[in-house]
Amino acid sequence: MRRSASNVPRTQTSGVAGGRRRTGPTAWMAAPALVFFGAFALIPLVGVVVLSFTQWDGLGDIQFAGLTSWRATLADPVTHSALGLTLRVMVVSWVVQAPISLLLGVFMAGRQRYRAVLAVLYFLPLLFSSAAIGIGFKAMLDPVFGLSSALGIKWLSQDWLGNPTLALYTVIAVIAWAFVPFHSLLYQAGVRQIPRSLYEAAMIDGAGGWTQFWRITVPQLRYTIITSSTLMLVGSLTFFDLFYVMTQGGPGNATRILPLDMYLTGFRSFQMGKAAVISVILSAIGLTLSLTLNRLSGANRMESQMEGM
Amino acid sequence: MATLRGRARPNIVGGALGWIWLAIIAGPIYYMVLTSLRTQSDYYAENPLIPPGSPTIAAYRLVLENDFMRYLGNSLIVTLSSVAVLLVICLMASYAIVRTARKSVQRIFSLFMLGLAIPAQATIVPLFYMITEMHLYNTLAALILPSIGFGVPITVLILVNFVRDIPRELFESMTVDGAGPWRVLGTLVLPLARPAVVTVGIYDALQVWNGFLFPLVLTGKPEVRVLPYSLFTYQGEHGSNTPAILAAVMLSALPILAAYIIGRRQLVAGLTAGFGK
Repeated sequence: MRRSASNVPRTQTSGVAGGRRRTGPTAWMAAPALVFFGAFALIPLVGVVVLSFTQWDGLGDIQFAGLTSWRATLADPVTHSALGLTLRVMVVSWVVQAPISLLLGVFMAGRQRYRAVLAVLYFLPLLFSSAAIGIGFKAMLDPVFGLSSALGIKWLSQDWLGNPTLALYTVIAVIAWAFVPFHSLLYQAGVRQIPRSLYEAAMIDGAGGWTQFWRITVPQLRYTIITSSTLMLVGSLTFFDLFYVMTQGGPGNATRILPLDMYLTGFRSFQMGKAAVISVILSAIGLTLSLTLNRLSGANRMESQMEGM
Repeated sequence: MATLRGRARPNIVGGALGWIWLAIIAGPIYYMVLTSLRTQSDYYAENPLIPPGSPTIAAYRLVLENDFMRYLGNSLIVTLSSVAVLLVICLMASYAIVRTARKSVQRIFSLFMLGLAIPAQATIVPLFYMITEMHLYNTLAALILPSIGFGVPITVLILVNFVRDIPRELFESMTVDGAGPWRVLGTLVLPLARPAVVTVGIYDALQVWNGFLFPLVLTGKPEVRVLPYSLFTYQGEHGSNTPAILAAVMLSALPILAAYIIGRRQLVAGLTAGFGK
């Protein structure tokens, strides 16, 4: 998808016959969309900045508090740790998901019959909402009655979600299970657009599969890699449902990532001012990340963050 | 690998990876299906990987008796009305954006594009304030209105890109024939943009359908509960009845499964709408 500044549409010439009546749509046709967008997206966005300079418990009156909430939040070790965890989730889930998605995409793009059948089965996780996946895995990871007990392997029977060092990586693994199918679909589409002639030429030159993969497939997929990576990195900022359902931030604060920190601060501790500050930080990171990746990609591509809303 | 087609040597590494991934994908689903078919006592007694000794659909019956249909209905209402409104207003806006030269309209378009970078989650605190002030807390409208607002940017973007490809001669010949803007919208733009409307409609629907944070914060009472959120509350209410919880999880996937069976191509296109090349 291209979103360049040159997207400004061709203008309508008003030189069409019969100047008596309007020949094109009125500007008012854009009004309903503007109203909904303004009221329920733009105003809340401005509101979150305003609220970050207040103190509010969610019920009573909102009181202006200057920089109090900012100071409190920026000094809060819980938020610091949330920021660190979020960055770790971002990096680790990219490292895990990107190679698997790419390889699977290449695999699924093959025309062999068994691959087509497997590709249909790979779609299965996409039938479930994040909440459903989180709940399903939580049951499966139960240390006593879950899957780990079934195999009788000692190493496997751990309290995957209850152990502070394991919990974060367990959720990251579940995230990969949930989102790799989506990204491999992007790669599959990308691979299918690579001109066949490139491979034929390489074959004539005697290049093997390995060489072809590194010299043709990967370079040709660069835009897909950028798009998918942007979605993975920016999407990491919005993994709320899975963490909320599986760990609620625990054990302790071991999995309290930034969106969860925002929610728990606002709607459990009723410190809406601080929650607003965290929201502003979250938006700023998201915006910076998509603009930077956008710049890096050379092309003017910016991706929606709506994933995981 | 596609690259090896035509060679005698089969790609063993690729094939192995494919089957391993299948096991990773299918394993948890296999576990969930089997467990949902067990009785509650068998759940504690039997090995989770072996098919249930006395399979039963009791868990499914329990879920269906516990207002599952109401939550499904709420989800359908929220999703369908959000998407219907979105498609209508965004198609209108796209037509205006493509076919008028007015500066104001172009500015609106730039504003929408700015909205693409807003993470919806980050606005939940002011949204909560607005929704309570508007006395919409605990209504389905509390979920529908913000879903529409946040759906506008991506929907307009995809539709504008499509409407722009409609040859201008078609617009001109219609206006020469005296057709007003509404007729052009209904008889020219809508039919020609139909593939894009379907694709982006599916994308929007999946976003709304899977939403969790909005229902968590903006609704509380069971009457307005939507499906994904209801799974979480099942977990609280039937905490020890794992077969029932997993039956609810499986049931919640059925509507999307139905959509997948009916229109696989469209669903995949909708899922990856705007992210493909």
